Amino acid sequence: MRINKNLFVIIMIILGFLAGCNDKSAQTENPVKGHETKEPTPVPAAESKPAYGDMIIIGSIGDASVLLPVLASDSASGDINGLIYNGLVRYDRDINLIGELAEKWEISEDKLTIRFFLKKDVKWHDGKPFTSKDVEYTYKVYVDPKTPTAYSTDFLRVKEFRVLDDYTLEVVYEKPYAPALGSWGQGMLPRHLLEGVDITESPLKRNPVGTGPYRFKDWTTGEKIILDSFHDYFDGRPYIDRVMTRIIPDLATMFLELKALSLDQMGLTPLQYVRQTDTKWFKDNFNKYKYLGFGYSYLGYNLQDWKFRDQRVRQALTTAINRESIVQGVLLGLGTVTDTPYKPDSFWYNQNVTKFPYDPEKAKEMLAEAGWKDTDGDGILDKDGKPFEFTIITNHGNDIRKNAATIIQRDLKKVGVEVKIRVIEWAAFLKNFINKRNFEACLLGWGIGVDPNQIDIWNSKKTGENELNFVNFQNPEVDRLLDLGASTYDKEERKKYYDRFQEIIAEEQPYTFLFVQYSLPTINSRFHGIEPAPIGIGYNFVKWYVPKALQKYTIQP
Amino acid sequence: MRFLIKRIALMIPTLIGITIISFAVMKMAPGDPTSLMTDLNPNMNEEAVKRIRAHYGLDQPWHVQYIKWLGNMVALDFGKSFAADNRPVLDKISERIPITILINILSLILIFSVSIPIGVFSAVKQDSLFDRVSSLIVFIGFAVPTFWLALLLMILFGVKLDWLPISGFRSLNYSYLTPLGQILDISKHLVLPIFVSAFGGLAGMSRYMRSNMLEVIRQDYITTARAKGLDERTVIFKHALRNALLPLITILGLSVPGLIGGSVIFETIFAIPGMGQLFYQSVMMRDYPTIMGILVIGAALTLFGNLLADLLYSWADPRIRVSD
Repeated sequence: MRINKNLFVIIMIILGFLAGCNDKSAQTENPVKGHETKEPTPVPAAESKPAYGDMIIIGSIGDASVLLPVLASDSASGDINGLIYNGLVRYDRDINLIGELAEKWEISEDKLTIRFFLKKDVKWHDGKPFTSKDVEYTYKVYVDPKTPTAYSTDFLRVKEFRVLDDYTLEVVYEKPYAPALGSWGQGMLPRHLLEGVDITESPLKRNPVGTGPYRFKDWTTGEKIILDSFHDYFDGRPYIDRVMTRIIPDLATMFLELKALSLDQMGLTPLQYVRQTDTKWFKDNFNKYKYLGFGYSYLGYNLQDWKFRDQRVRQALTTAINRESIVQGVLLGLGTVTDTPYKPDSFWYNQNVTKFPYDPEKAKEMLAEAGWKDTDGDGILDKDGKPFEFTIITNHGNDIRKNAATIIQRDLKKVGVEVKIRVIEWAAFLKNFINKRNFEACLLGWGIGVDPNQIDIWNSKKTGENELNFVNFQNPEVDRLLDLGASTYDKEERKKYYDRFQEIIAEEQPYTFLFVQYSLPTINSRFHGIEPAPIGIGYNFVKWYVPKALQKYTIQP
Repeated sequence: MRFLIKRIALMIPTLIGITIISFAVMKMAPGDPTSLMTDLNPNMNEEAVKRIRAHYGLDQPWHVQYIKWLGNMVALDFGKSFAADNRPVLDKISERIPITILINILSLILIFSVSIPIGVFSAVKQDSLFDRVSSLIVFIGFAVPTFWLALLLMILFGVKLDWLPISGFRSLNYSYLTPLGQILDISKHLVLPIFVSAFGGLAGMSRYMRSNMLEVIRQDYITTARAKGLDERTVIFKHALRNALLPLITILGLSVPGLIGGSVIFETIFAIPGMGQLFYQSVMMRDYPTIMGILVIGAALTLFGNLLADLLYSWADPRIRVSD
């Protein structure tokens, strides 16, 4: 699959309940980084020539909700929309922004104006040409107060939108904003079919028309969605003729369908990857891939709680937690420990931050320094007559988090800290606990965006109800660094700000950063041309193919 | 006839009462339809959240929302789903109801046709080998977790033997099949789901039938029938069975609302897009109009089922016939 467009704009997606499912989901379209990938089985050159034809059947645990990118906020819809629509820009295999519908762009001296030059040979699926009027319409829909969209914020920063001619346009911003360029990766909508229609009532919700490599064919709710290749795609006709997404909500069932060869692609669970796919038969029929996913899990401390105010205490807790054993025990080794809020193999990650490796003895000393001693001999540390006890809350429906919490409970018990675990249904979890700051520690995850901007999570003003700095992290230097980072276009200069930001976060430990999981897609070995890259495998989906001799399905139009 | 009209008239306030309680309970649950989209989403600011809440009318007090909903309901307008697809609730329900009803009816028929004979024979030959073995089997069916049994059967028939499809209720090439082929295709897909769902229901029904039968057999009129010199077959099937079947009418009435209900676990494991999944997802997303739509249909069917049971009773059992 191609990369989900929404990810361009979303700085961080929630790895919440929904994403809790996604962790184990069949969607392998996440932009993920190649890591110890298995090379596809080599096939003699003559047989492996690219050829048109065949169909790929992809398993998905959830059905799409709406096939208009402006209205969809779930990943199942996002994956389908990514094949149907294009943005002006997109990220390439190495996570650099390149033009998609835009031929090129120019950023003015003052960094306030972006001028886009559009490709001239782009057609909508109904044959009409794509022009800057469509971009203007798309922009207007996103900022229209009547549109119930989750993606208006970046577009609302646009001060002025100018159409210069059919293939040139300019957007002007109030102040320099580096993530702005990436936000134009959002799917472009066809003006000639939507203008004057209430977008929430448009038939295109279930019968979309885009400019992308695949055009919509059929959708049976809860069963399957079928897309056919668009022969007039501006970047060339895709090799695979048909993409069928089958909705199978249960991962065990999905795996059986895969083994019965009625599915070609799904995301494996760590258990399936390690224990159930290690047979000769499976290796002959499927290729497994393994990349670091764009998301991390953490234990967040409520910094307004008196126990966690002292930085030394938080450092000690991190030292007391055996994060490596969480990766081994919960993810069966299919993850990696992280120390900052960026992907450990990415450009933005800073290796040289203070680290707190597992050392229970040292953790005890650190806690003693901070005044936590076991004075009454009950095995639990205390200070000012109060024992060191706290509750970790996490959301229902994510076993990985629940199990990680259990290991943390065991580790902290060893240094004399008593932990209770509470698992709460997602909506109640947010409304009554996280949003009300009614918690001591929480085990949650964040998505890691392709853009390094993290103002919303760490800025000291973002602590209001419903805002994301719910641990109440306060640091003026971080505020300044994040502002600088967001307004700087130069990548190297930006990295300096974010490097320093990571040093501070790692030192202060408002979170104990736990791990980043691997995405574990498996694909039938008849598909060729899959080239794992830092962004994942989906970026060149249109170049995937099945050699003529191996094709399985004949497509009846 | 007057009895019937009175009963139906009484159903209306009951129905309204049910909807008020459901609506209130639903509103008391933390979170609302916008939570999933807006909470913990860095792209949402205060303004955007307000916009979305106003779009769904969630900025009004709950009784206003309820009255608005009720007004539409009276005109049989179920409203539009709050999920991102924003489709009419009636569309969402009606595309899922046929397969749910089909599975439930078939499984009900299977349960009745297997458990009634089991119950009767167990009672007639009480404590015999048949009684013990059948009890054991139906209780195993009752105790075995659905998902486990389903997975075992899928592995056996779907992967190892390759006799039956694993999940879904029709093949990928369904629309290219002949009508007969389509029926055959659906039947093949439904074998496992119906077997699994019926297996769990056998225990209750057969035990119920057994105890009814035991009770009836001890009645004086059975002794009388035997004393008359009737052969055992006639005594059991003509005199005893008919009376033992009477209480089943109640059960039949109670299963009417169950016809549109589906089990989430079961539908999830077989990847069947039925009502159970729809209801579960709606609750998780706090999709109020869809939840209320399903509840109203369910409540109406419950009341209808009760009425039906009463009517059937008065038809089947002269003793309780209401005199005009």
